[in-house]
Amino acid sequence: MINAGDTAFVLIASAMVLLMTPGLAFFYGGMVRRKNVLGVLMQCFIIMCVLGLQWVLFGYSLSFAPGNAFIGSLDWAGLRGVGLEPYADYAATIPHQAFMIFQAMFAVITPALIIGAFAERMKFSAFLVFTLLWAFFVYDPIAHMVWGTGGLFRNLGVLDFAGGTVVHINAGVAALVTALYLGKRKHFPQAVAPHNLPFTVLGAGLLWFGWFGFNAGSALAANGIAVNAFVVTNTAAAAAGLTWALIDWLHNGKPTMFGTVTGAVAGLVAITPAAGFVGVIPAVLIGVGVSIICFLMVTVVKMKFGYDDSLDAFGVHGIGGIFGALATGLFASKALNPAGADGLFNGNPKLFLIQLGAVLFTLVYSLIATFVILKIVDKLIGVRVNEKDEAIGLDLTQHKETAYTVLE
Amino acid sequence: MINAGDTAFVLIASAMVLLMTPGLAFFYGGMVRRKNILGVLMQCFIIMCVLGLQWVLFGYSLSFAPGNAFIGSLDWAGLRGVGLEPYAGYAATIPHQAFMIFQAMFAVITPALIIGAFAERMKFSAFLVFTLLWAFLVYDPITHMVWGNGGLLKSMGVQDFAGGIVVHVNAGIAALVAALYLGKRRHFPQAVAPHNLPFTVLGAGLLWFGWFGFNAGSALAANGIAVNAFVVTNTAGAAAGLTWALIDWLYNGKPTMFGTITGAIAGLAAITPAAGFVGVIPAILIGISVSLIGFFMVAIVKFKFSYDDSLDAFGVHGIGGIIGVLATGLFASKALNPAGVDGLFNGNPKFFLIQLGAVLFTVVYSLAGTFVILKIVDKLMGVRVNEKDEAIGLDLTQHKETAYTVLE
Amino acid sequence: MKLVIAIIQPHKLDDVKKELYQEEVNLITVSEVLGHGRQKGVTEVYRGIKETGNLLRKIRLEIAVNDNFLERTIKAITKGARTGETGDGKIFVLDLSECVRIRTGETGPEAIG
Repeated sequence: MINAGDTAFVLIASAMVLLMTPGLAFFYGGMVRRKNVLGVLMQCFIIMCVLGLQWVLFGYSLSFAPGNAFIGSLDWAGLRGVGLEPYADYAATIPHQAFMIFQAMFAVITPALIIGAFAERMKFSAFLVFTLLWAFFVYDPIAHMVWGTGGLFRNLGVLDFAGGTVVHINAGVAALVTALYLGKRKHFPQAVAPHNLPFTVLGAGLLWFGWFGFNAGSALAANGIAVNAFVVTNTAAAAAGLTWALIDWLHNGKPTMFGTVTGAVAGLVAITPAAGFVGVIPAVLIGVGVSIICFLMVTVVKMKFGYDDSLDAFGVHGIGGIFGALATGLFASKALNPAGADGLFNGNPKLFLIQLGAVLFTLVYSLIATFVILKIVDKLIGVRVNEKDEAIGLDLTQHKETAYTVLE
Repeated sequence: MINAGDTAFVLIASAMVLLMTPGLAFFYGGMVRRKNILGVLMQCFIIMCVLGLQWVLFGYSLSFAPGNAFIGSLDWAGLRGVGLEPYAGYAATIPHQAFMIFQAMFAVITPALIIGAFAERMKFSAFLVFTLLWAFLVYDPITHMVWGNGGLLKSMGVQDFAGGIVVHVNAGIAALVAALYLGKRRHFPQAVAPHNLPFTVLGAGLLWFGWFGFNAGSALAANGIAVNAFVVTNTAGAAAGLTWALIDWLYNGKPTMFGTITGAIAGLAAITPAAGFVGVIPAILIGISVSLIGFFMVAIVKFKFSYDDSLDAFGVHGIGGIIGVLATGLFASKALNPAGVDGLFNGNPKFFLIQLGAVLFTVVYSLAGTFVILKIVDKLMGVRVNEKDEAIGLDLTQHKETAYTVLE
Repeated sequence: MKLVIAIIQPHKLDDVKKELYQEEVNLITVSEVLGHGRQKGVTEVYRGIKETGNLLRKIRLEIAVNDNFLERTIKAITKGARTGETGDGKIFVLDLSECVRIRTGETGPEAIG
């Protein structure tokens, strides 16, 4: 039975998640040099187009149609049989297509997250092919295993409320692989000052807004679990943003704008898998914890190992996602959500191990598959722009445009 | 009977459509030279104020109150009799005022679309008078004829799900007339490089987001039709954005950011009249064809006929709207929406002719109405700024402000 | 005393700075300018319209030097900015009649270093 309230909620949530991709575009776009801002915006925007089509034509079917433990079938390709009646296995009170389009927005933003790792140096043509292959061979299988009926992890009892594993770990690990594969930008490890920090802040604001759709919407109904997810999402982001600002203050003498928004986004990432299973106190702890760990990753570890994860897609999304997935294994509470499970701190160490296993599997799978895809694309068309084009910038060399005029 | 889910949906959708006007302001504002950006932002914003008042005082009544075939009466002026109970003639499950305010946002954005045609050269005072007269003499009658009970086109069986005729054809034709009437900017046909392309991308992102409210909200209930409209909106926007990028790639050697968002917006405009009546495959076809035709219009026809439709309000919205209305006549399916009709491809050629007639009628009406209004305003106060003011820019000459500081 | 004005490609600024530091020339003023020489600007595409002849972004350096530093300054700029293609830029050398350090009131060659 279709419920108007639930349908309204999921549709609006879908629109909010769609807005996260332009939000991410500005979050990332502000961080790069002005000669590369359109390169980043374009990559984000074209993903909205390419994945928007891939999803209705093939992606949704491969991810959610009945299949084996690893991948769905093509029975629902082109939305055949995906109609306006509810499909109870996924969401019993909204039209099946509402669930489909909500999931579409996740399929769009996940590959967009990876952009942060190879910013300022990837060929646009190679990026397009890479993204499309990645959607087919990494995103769709992982989404099926975690969320699809009959999926491997779903059957094992892995908890991923709104995409910690599917979205953040998956994209974060792919980001690390890409950063390593493409190599450093010319000036690395010298840092690049963000060319327009207010754009990054605007992007962070839009992301925070959209994340309510992402996490609360994942309840797929306007019910108590959605409210809980909304509340802990806001709480974790607040705790993480503040924590990062304080670390900055201690470590660098001043709290920075850039650090605060980075922390807030890391907090939002970390609470994503846990949002439907934990209360506010764990949310505060998750927020504080993720900022401490991510700060270490992006300031110390990245420089120590010398990988140029340019905009910290791995450091924030990958690490935040792993932390959140494990924290779910610690804090999850059946008292809060009877459809969930108890975590380690509620007397069920098994859930923590299951979560750990899912993290490791996703890590290995995404790592290998991303590497293979990059290798193939590199052989076919070359993944990196030449040195001169990198120096001139992607806006002019890849798109024949410049972002800003100087006169008039 | 008021349904809370439907009411929540329409209210949030209204807010999303309101956000489209600031979105449009940035979409257009980024395209002009920096000396004219406040001119564009101001025109968009003042429309939110002026039309926001005109609508509750007169516009809603003239558009939707019972009247004759061409215009509504003034019975509902000042919202007299428009209360918090549903008015089943328009929407049976939400308060009458919810329907009214949803429609208000359409009345706001429609004249704002026209701004793209006369950007960088219209007097602000003349713009204000023009916009107000246009709302009374063009928007309100056309709305009544298409959507108002007893309206001419509605009685003939014309279908316009979310405003392809009322909003896009109507404003697009007015834009063409205004561009021709005001004449070219000084430097035309030399193109103006957008002074801040990221702003244009921001605007496009906000428009895409708001368009879900625009199209899905037009179901006026959180039901299957709303979900369908949402899905095809995203799909058409995606198909059109990708298509334009590919045409760019073939035609100019590189896919551009500006082209991609132009295509996406054209696709969103084209799917608007069809959103409640067609499925995803027609949506993809509509998206592809609107980009092909739109590209041809703005890159070739505009220069051949030499009209300075500065920001392509006609080329994108007018053309997109016309294609969408006709495509509805081709693809509409009663199997999908029993409240709709079958189109040509579903064995009902008559419906295509009805849609064609509605387009022609609207083109002629908007053309004549807009021309007469411009003529009157021109006689009263002159529509165009003088050459010196145009060279200095509208920000300083019309508003005594500048958008950006140079130092500090 | 000489005033060296150089117009270079924006993406070569870092290289030029590096070369200048190696030659112990540490005082420079940098501004973003527009212009074009023989290559007649760059082609950009806006909504399908090719725009040729757009002014190119360039970087303008101003460096005041004492005479004995002139040669190595020119050498450093040339080395850092050269790619061998059109558009690498130009160096102009002007006589400088006076220089005053605002903080101390020193004048002449003293003030430059």
